[in-house]
Amino acid sequence: MSGNDFFALTPLILLAGSSVLIMLLIAIKLSHRVIQLSSLLLFIVAFSSLIYIQKLLPYHIEPLLVIDGFSVFIMGLIIFSSLVVNILSYIYFEEKEESPKEYYVLLFLCTLGACVLAVSKHFVSLFLGLEILTVGLYALIAYLRVRHHNIEAGIKYLVLAAFSSAFLLFGMALIYLETGSMQFSMIAHSLTSLQSLSPLFLTGLGMMLVGVGFKLAVVPFHMWTADVYEGAPAPVTAFIATASKGGVFAVLFRFFIMIDGFRFKVVMLILICIAIASMIIGNLLAVQQKNVKRILAYSSIAHLGYLLVAFIPGSMMSIKALSFYLMAYFITTLTAFGIVTVLSNKETDAENIESYKALFWERPVLACIFSSALLSLAGIPLTVGFVGKFYILAAGLQSGFWITALILVISSVIGLYYYLRIITTMFAGQKSILPEEERANPVFYMVSIIALSVLSLLIIWFGVYPSGVMGSMEYFKLK
Amino acid sequence: MILIYVIGILMGGGLLSLLLGQWNKNLPRWIALCTVLVGFIAFVFFWINQYHTINLRLTNTWMIDYRHDWIPSFGISFHLAIDGLSLLLLVLTFFLGILAVLCSWNDVKERVGFYYFNLLWILAGISGVFMAVDLFLFYFFWEVMLIPMYFLIGIWGSENRVYAAYKFFIFTQASGLLMLLAIIGLYFIHGRNTGVYTFNYFELLGTAIPPHIAFWLMLGFMIAFVVKLPIVPFHTWLPDAHSEAPTAGSLILAGLLLKTGAYGILRFVLPLFPEAAHDLAPWAMLFGVIGIIYGAILSYSQTDLKRLIAYTSVSHMGFVILGIFAFNELALQGVVMQLVTHAISTGALFIMAGMLKERLHTRNINHMGGLWTQMPQMGAIGMLFAMASLGLPGLGNFIAEFLILLGAFKANVLLTIMATIGLVFSAIYSLRIVQKVFLGPSERSDYISDFSFREIVVMAALTLSIVWLGLYPQPVINTVKLMVNKLAHIFPPENKNVQQENYQEIPLSTHKYLVKK
Repeated sequence: MSGNDFFALTPLILLAGSSVLIMLLIAIKLSHRVIQLSSLLLFIVAFSSLIYIQKLLPYHIEPLLVIDGFSVFIMGLIIFSSLVVNILSYIYFEEKEESPKEYYVLLFLCTLGACVLAVSKHFVSLFLGLEILTVGLYALIAYLRVRHHNIEAGIKYLVLAAFSSAFLLFGMALIYLETGSMQFSMIAHSLTSLQSLSPLFLTGLGMMLVGVGFKLAVVPFHMWTADVYEGAPAPVTAFIATASKGGVFAVLFRFFIMIDGFRFKVVMLILICIAIASMIIGNLLAVQQKNVKRILAYSSIAHLGYLLVAFIPGSMMSIKALSFYLMAYFITTLTAFGIVTVLSNKETDAENIESYKALFWERPVLACIFSSALLSLAGIPLTVGFVGKFYILAAGLQSGFWITALILVISSVIGLYYYLRIITTMFAGQKSILPEEERANPVFYMVSIIALSVLSLLIIWFGVYPSGVMGSMEYFKLK
Repeated sequence: MILIYVIGILMGGGLLSLLLGQWNKNLPRWIALCTVLVGFIAFVFFWINQYHTINLRLTNTWMIDYRHDWIPSFGISFHLAIDGLSLLLLVLTFFLGILAVLCSWNDVKERVGFYYFNLLWILAGISGVFMAVDLFLFYFFWEVMLIPMYFLIGIWGSENRVYAAYKFFIFTQASGLLMLLAIIGLYFIHGRNTGVYTFNYFELLGTAIPPHIAFWLMLGFMIAFVVKLPIVPFHTWLPDAHSEAPTAGSLILAGLLLKTGAYGILRFVLPLFPEAAHDLAPWAMLFGVIGIIYGAILSYSQTDLKRLIAYTSVSHMGFVILGIFAFNELALQGVVMQLVTHAISTGALFIMAGMLKERLHTRNINHMGGLWTQMPQMGAIGMLFAMASLGLPGLGNFIAEFLILLGAFKANVLLTIMATIGLVFSAIYSLRIVQKVFLGPSERSDYISDFSFREIVVMAALTLSIVWLGLYPQPVINTVKLMVNKLAHIFPPENKNVQQENYQEIPLSTHKYLVKK
């Protein structure tokens, strides 16, 4: 490896090093506060290192990794969301758990895994990244040992993730058997002359889709989502919903673009079916829920379906639409789960919809932030979610995929119902069920609220003035 | 620049009253009143200034054109422009805006700041809809007015408010999203044809679209507008929303929100898809007539006063769709008149229903009756607006409905005759209001106060304008003449013999509407 290779890998090395450093800090018995602050600092350092490697782009580290505009963007999103999760974690874990420090080590590892996914262009790095991510998540999900749901969620995720990894591995093996390579570009090379896929390759691809589908929680591989979202600690749920899905989605997209899988009718058909099923079923299942975390879980299934709508055309616009929507989805989901985190108390998370009653009159700031996030998820103008949805529709319609666009529209109307229900609950009634309690850490509480306010300002700012971000996405290229 | 200032003032005023409402309950009221007054005065002055030159313009009907890049990579610009129709509707918007602020003066006691914030933002959204000539921007404003309206109904409405608010929001949002699809479809078709990807209305005009696609795209636009308007199978949100909303909410819903649907058809559907609109015309007129009669019958059978008035809106909006799809100048002039006069007359009825509710704590007309003796002023005014609603000559609605029927007669005799029957029904339901509420034996013995000074001001403004429009509608007709003229010229009359030569006031100009920029 040359010096430049190391330079290009700075963000990943920093993340890996941070986890070790935090472990050492824990060993010398520093307080939770110090650990949290230093990990915050390390996240900021990792995030800013992304800016420094800009001038190298695009940079290939053969044969495993590629660092280009798109992957830096995705890494930025992932590290940013870990940073927000990190801020939110302090007040959440401080009052619930006696040893919350190892949590931060795991958070760094998961972030590292997701980032490796974003830069990989080889099955080996893909699988390594995925496993770093998932193994970390097993522990994170079950972190609050005393809660029943937590253990259940952890076991569920463990079983299903292991299961899906097996599928993924087998799929990769079949593709390797067929093409003789595990590198995306080599696989693409052996496919160029083919008009249709061989059965073996198709089976391999199908198995990979099953594996990836589980991680992304698209229908019909979505069964675990609601339980895991509900059981996991709220900040971890935010991480699962954003960073882990973002990384997987990025590598899936890179793979498809590089092998140009969009010209094979069968594959397209499968993807279209998955997209349609995710949008409709995700939104329909959310309608009946009374638990906010479950609602957000099902809504995330639907949002992955929306992302697939932009994915399917595989055009130049798809890349931009996906990048933009991922950003919108990240910011919005982090805000929504942030509110859940901030409102949670020592015994339970604020997941029952009843606990949001009259929030508008009791804590207007939090209620406004949450409303902006919900409206953005629903795709109402003035929010970034609307611009994202517009971008997706534009990407779909440009290539003539009217069906998926139409389903997107119809299902997002269903979605509107449950987002509105939460908002309605927030302004219904006069008295809150949540008892007014003394915050143990008013400073960190304020910091969390400030972070969430910034996020909700971002939601509105990018919703009103998206051209700045769009401009930076102009030059994303995957091939 | 006046356009952007006005929207800015409305939004700023809304934010200001939200913030200051935390400290003082009176301040938001005054802020809101000043904001809408400033807008109203600005547009009235502008109207008076432009009035004499309005019809001297031949090729360019647009009075102001403001453009600023917004999302250049998509060809989206912040593009506002107004012509006669927009100007008229904007004046109407601010006129009703003032009344809405006034009639909720004492009505709203809780969360005053947030209330006026919502009110002003709805007005901002509506003004934006009437000004936007960039399709993306148009959609943006179209949706911006929904959220505050949702809050207005959902927080300050009466018993069944949450259901009504949901229904309103989901109906309008669903139809709006279909319009968004159609807008994007149009964008790409135009882009492929010309290589210029833009949402600019002026450039999209005259896009050559294959007929079968044009039909679907037009339906996408139509669905959004007919839900807002509403036309009969899509009207079910309206009675709920109107009857549950607070008085100012009903006023704005009936007076302005419904008008955005009609405006959308006039501004976008007809010029962008002339052939497809022409094909749709018989069906649209049929549904218009069904709406007229169905709305009138349902209105007669209501006992809830606000619901009753809401159904009269369905009936009146049937005339609008009938007139629009008759495609001739007479009918279109009638449509514009109908938009203005319906806003005033139905608005007045809703305000009165609100006042009655405030005094009697009921909307059930069976619990009213004989109120004339206790409130002679309100009785007289109520009588006047009931007469306006049934189309009595001398009041604005007569001119509107007369022109529409006259124009529609040329397009389709049978349907026009059926629509005329609707007028009889409207007489029945209007008289029933007067009979049930103000006449008959008195149900109550307790003291009920008549108009207060604030209410006299509100009702006087409405009365004067409806009488003015009934006696001298020429200013309205002149203001939109050119725009209507252009619109009617897209659709050449099929039967040359019955061309409207006898209507001399409108000079037939010769230029084409589909001028390429």
